[in-house]
Amino acid sequence: MFDKLQFVIPLPRAKVPSREIDKLKFVGHEMSANFNLKHLLGIRELSVDQITHLLDTAETFRDVSKREIKKVPALRGRTVINLFFEPSTRTRTSFEIAAKRLSADAVNISVSTSSVSKGETLLDTARNLEAMAPDCIVIRHSSAGAPQHLARASNAAIVNAGDGSHEHPTQALLDALTIREHKGRIAGLKVAIIGDVLHSRVARSNIYLLSKLGASVSVAGPGTLVPPEFAELIESGVRVERRIEDALVDADVVMILRVQRERQTDAFVPSMREYAVHYGLQMRHLSLAAPDAIAMHPGPMNRGIEISSEIADGGRSLILEQVTNGVAVRMAVLYLLASADKAGKAALPSGSVDDVSNASRAAGGVRGRTRRQKRGTLN
Amino acid sequence: MDSARINRALARLASEIVEENHGSDDLILVGIRRRGVPLAERIADKIADLEGKRPPVGILDITLYRDDLSTVGAKPVVSGTELPGDIEGRNIVLIDDVLYTGRTVRAAIDQLIDFGRPRRVQLAVLIDRGNEHRELPIQADYIGKLVPTKKSEIIKVMLTEFDEDEAVVIVERPAAEAAS
Repeated sequence: MFDKLQFVIPLPRAKVPSREIDKLKFVGHEMSANFNLKHLLGIRELSVDQITHLLDTAETFRDVSKREIKKVPALRGRTVINLFFEPSTRTRTSFEIAAKRLSADAVNISVSTSSVSKGETLLDTARNLEAMAPDCIVIRHSSAGAPQHLARASNAAIVNAGDGSHEHPTQALLDALTIREHKGRIAGLKVAIIGDVLHSRVARSNIYLLSKLGASVSVAGPGTLVPPEFAELIESGVRVERRIEDALVDADVVMILRVQRERQTDAFVPSMREYAVHYGLQMRHLSLAAPDAIAMHPGPMNRGIEISSEIADGGRSLILEQVTNGVAVRMAVLYLLASADKAGKAALPSGSVDDVSNASRAAGGVRGRTRRQKRGTLN
Repeated sequence: MDSARINRALARLASEIVEENHGSDDLILVGIRRRGVPLAERIADKIADLEGKRPPVGILDITLYRDDLSTVGAKPVVSGTELPGDIEGRNIVLIDDVLYTGRTVRAAIDQLIDFGRPRRVQLAVLIDRGNEHRELPIQADYIGKLVPTKKSEIIKVMLTEFDEDEAVVIVERPAAEAAS
């Protein structure tokens, strides 16, 4: 599948040497002044004001889902396309419901049934969709930078629903909303992220967002899955712990990441059983954390592996609240992007194609570069 | 209008509402958006003075029901809508500060209907800018003051809940020149 995708920024699937972290820096973000967000491509480029505005707006949308008529006409007549190249239940359904509750028309495209399996490139897929005038494209893709790539070629608003191991901004936003709802604040909290941090876009987006809002973050898990480079991911630093107990001490929030079984063929962990024994979270681990600590998980859970049923179903688990807040957050994102639509179009920066080709040269070669790329047609 | 005249007008609106609805038993006062809300609270107080019982007051934020989403600006701020209980079969008085084109009221009515089916919806406004500017067939049942204006003018209602002073002034768009 990779030779069909002409991407200039492939994120490695194995360890993350420090030069790769630099690669993340030029995955640009289309943005105009003020809140005016044209696309939601990642958390890293958002300001605290923008994040707060998103969270506040999401809060008001929570109420819509509690009413009997769970619909407001705000996005009536707009079209939202869910373009999912990776499988997903909750995220895609969440976006679909969010769009429908705003009275928009939602269309789902999943890759197995799409023309990509017939050999169409991402850009061509996007251009064809663009010709049908969608207002918003929500994209999940296995390659980092896919949403940015689309954003440069598209008039529609692009929402990143997860790109490779890079970012998953709506997940971080809904996590923040959940934390804020239960703790009243984010600043000053201690957050422990436990598990497969290396492959986790959820971890990255959360680290950016939580630290922007003033929380302190520690990560822990199997040594092979928690790269020490993560300590420098953000300026204020992330505490990388060797033992999960050290990360959990006094934590206010415990975020448990899914063991990504599909990646275990690279032998990061000897077996699922061994992971469960040494790194699976049990109640005794939670007792190390603050007495009123909350447990979160982005889903889907591997019960009994990274998280015990006792925690998952227990009183401190906010896993289902996260899902509820996910709909509210995605409604807020679609709503705010749609209302920035007309103003944002005028202010789209041009010439950022240069950034991308410079970056790929700096990265020292790209797998499978084709004639299309050499022609440099990114517009 | 100054503060005293505003309050006198509100007192009159309160007694008109009570008179027309034969008491205040079934009433719900719903303030629209920002400035309708304190006006609704004040009218509820005055009704309490008249009838001995204060009708429930709700808040309606019509941002999500506007018909001008993309032109309203890049940062729509949605605040909560809080309605006191079920509005099914109830008698609702919408309250806003200024009635101009009527589009805000249209959005408010659509929003109310999404919450349930009220028996009756009436409209009370502090200022009516006159029929000339109406873009939809909407009229107020209770009017504080009828102030015919030009399109180039804006009516600013300032209330102590939000502003330093309390007054109703006419200003020229867009410069803030006060002329009354």
